[in-house]
Amino acid sequence: MSELLEHPGEPSNNDLPPEAKAAAHTRRAFLFKVSVLLNVAVGAVLAVPLVGYLLGPAMKKRSTTGSWIAIGLMSEFPVGETRLADFRSPVASFDDGDTAKVACWVRRISEKEFQVFAVNCAHLGCPVRWFAQSKLFLCPCHGGAYYQDGSRASGPPERGLFEYRYKLVGDSLVIHAGDMPTLATQASCKEKPLVQIDPAFAKAASTPTRSTEWQG
Amino acid sequence: MAGIKENAAAVYEWVEHRLGLIRPLTAAATHPTPASNASWWYVFGSAATVLLIMQVVTGILLALVYSPSANEAWSSLGILNHNVPLGWYLRALHGWGSDFMIAIVLIHMAQVFLFGAYKFPRELTWIVGVGLLLLTLGMAFTGQVMRFDQDAYWGLGIGASIMSRVPLIGAPLVHLLLGGPIIGGATLSRFFTLHVFVIPGLLLAGVGVHIWMTLLHGVSDWPMPGRLVHKSTYEREYQELTGKTGIPFVPDAAWKDAVFAATIMFALMACAFFFGPFGPTGTPDPTIIQSVPKPDFAFLWIYALLAFLPTNIETPVILVAPVLGIAAMLLLPLLAGEGERHWARRPVAVLMVSVIAVTLGIFTRLGTYTPWSPIMDAWTSAPIPPQYLHNRTPLERQGALVLQDKQCRNCHTLEGVGGQRGPALDTIASRMTEDQIIRQVLQGGGNMPAYGNALNPAETKSLIRFLMTLRGENLAPAVDSSHALTHADQTQTAQPPSSAPALKTP
Repeated sequence: MSELLEHPGEPSNNDLPPEAKAAAHTRRAFLFKVSVLLNVAVGAVLAVPLVGYLLGPAMKKRSTTGSWIAIGLMSEFPVGETRLADFRSPVASFDDGDTAKVACWVRRISEKEFQVFAVNCAHLGCPVRWFAQSKLFLCPCHGGAYYQDGSRASGPPERGLFEYRYKLVGDSLVIHAGDMPTLATQASCKEKPLVQIDPAFAKAASTPTRSTEWQG
Repeated sequence: MAGIKENAAAVYEWVEHRLGLIRPLTAAATHPTPASNASWWYVFGSAATVLLIMQVVTGILLALVYSPSANEAWSSLGILNHNVPLGWYLRALHGWGSDFMIAIVLIHMAQVFLFGAYKFPRELTWIVGVGLLLLTLGMAFTGQVMRFDQDAYWGLGIGASIMSRVPLIGAPLVHLLLGGPIIGGATLSRFFTLHVFVIPGLLLAGVGVHIWMTLLHGVSDWPMPGRLVHKSTYEREYQELTGKTGIPFVPDAAWKDAVFAATIMFALMACAFFFGPFGPTGTPDPTIIQSVPKPDFAFLWIYALLAFLPTNIETPVILVAPVLGIAAMLLLPLLAGEGERHWARRPVAVLMVSVIAVTLGIFTRLGTYTPWSPIMDAWTSAPIPPQYLHNRTPLERQGALVLQDKQCRNCHTLEGVGGQRGPALDTIASRMTEDQIIRQVLQGGGNMPAYGNALNPAETKSLIRFLMTLRGENLAPAVDSSHALTHADQTQTAQPPSSAPALKTP
């Protein structure tokens, strides 16, 4: 015990003269400091893969998310009507179960003209329902309402419904789906968002330059 | 007998000599505390701790059966509810325990605030406590996700939608929250990790620090009007008070904590027994859009608030208000660490607690019946009251059909039945003129969609005729007062009074 107390850095050495204190800066104290630095360095290197792993989902490039997927035959969607279609998300993982399913509203305007809306309300993402008689989409959560073309009718949403890009391949209706549509993640959606807050803004949003702003 | 006693003492000595914890813990439990602290107002913190232990124990037991996989989570809850003996009761205890814990933590916080117990030297105890409140709410939200049903699914959607409003990094944040591009298995896994490992670890460590600081500084003495807290004198005064009136915390003060904790636990057991577990609601299948998602009780007020924020300030409020609120709570003890503690001399504090409590209560109440939401099936399920159809013309009755068919009832009530998003229509014609009603129906406005595209002229005509019959107690219909003026004006123009200059008669 007494042997240990002789060592530098111990409380009993505090009343030592300066010379003795200088002598206390021994190889051991130096090596301890070096070992701390060594651990900081190792920790920093280790943090790179750990943080990278943690942030992995956020780092994915937008362009790689999503793909084209057929959601049904054109004959399933009568002209002038809006029907619910569902499909399995092309970005689903092995363990997604029912949550891999995605629903969308398909409006067939004419023979070759469609609109495919996400069911997710532009306010906070709840599933909107179509009412054919009043030609409205209504949201059950906070009462957002949209007209048949997806534009905002009333309620808290600040814009119209999210709209998927589509193309017609043979008899099939094919849409581009990926991210769950939110205000920030609508890469899979149509270039032109249906902004309807006020007429002036809607006009501005319909120009191609403005639409990129929503791509965030 | 003496032999057994001596043996027990010897075993105790053997253990304590090696462990060295029993003596210091006993000393901590029996530390002297001012006699005025043996109060029924000082029991909430210990009750919250007991509830936390309860949540940990029931949580571990549920994890024996629960399967944190998007494929199986919902089914495993069904198995817990119906197949595992007493599984339903464990789920009920855990679910009700969550609500109880949030309630007790909030009451504890209000009590500490009103008693000024966050002031010197207990500032850091309060700051850690704010962290514990946020962690408790974090447990509640992640716990709602564990109940992987439709409410959980769309609750995650709401969370992602809020995240997506963050400027610039909205998309990465959404992906980080969901663990991928969509709500799915990865989302459940990360919320399971948060709910079972990360937040409970932080919570238990935080509670340890919180209790350590309570022991270090002692339980705050009962506030007296006019006895001010000064950093230079408070600790000496506290020691003097403890020296004069001190009683051992265990058992002289702690028995009230124990009685209250037992009462709360009994109430929790009774709620769990009589009301049962929460859900799960339907399967987390987003193609089932006949879903009316709702958050759990603790978050209903936020859900309600989000219905009332004006569109153009919603994003700033959602993103800034929580930061300001949390910052205010954290800074409180640093900015008001000295001075008066008694509530009677701190009217602003009392007012704040009252206003916040009433506000939370009102918004929670609104969240239970969501008057802002359309009732999706009211148009087919809510009949027109028969008296509104008596002695009506065929055209007016046709209008009643239009009213039903165009889903007007989803947002408008008749005799209290229907949606409450728009005004009740029972007396609409005594409040609006025919012209105003036509304009409102066709062009919308004031939170009502325009129905011009959804109604043909015949439907509009009959609908308006029916609406014009809705004037409670057979009042006269509303009239446009400008009509009379216009009419009078025309009359005047036709027969100008003699005094008027004869402008039009050259």
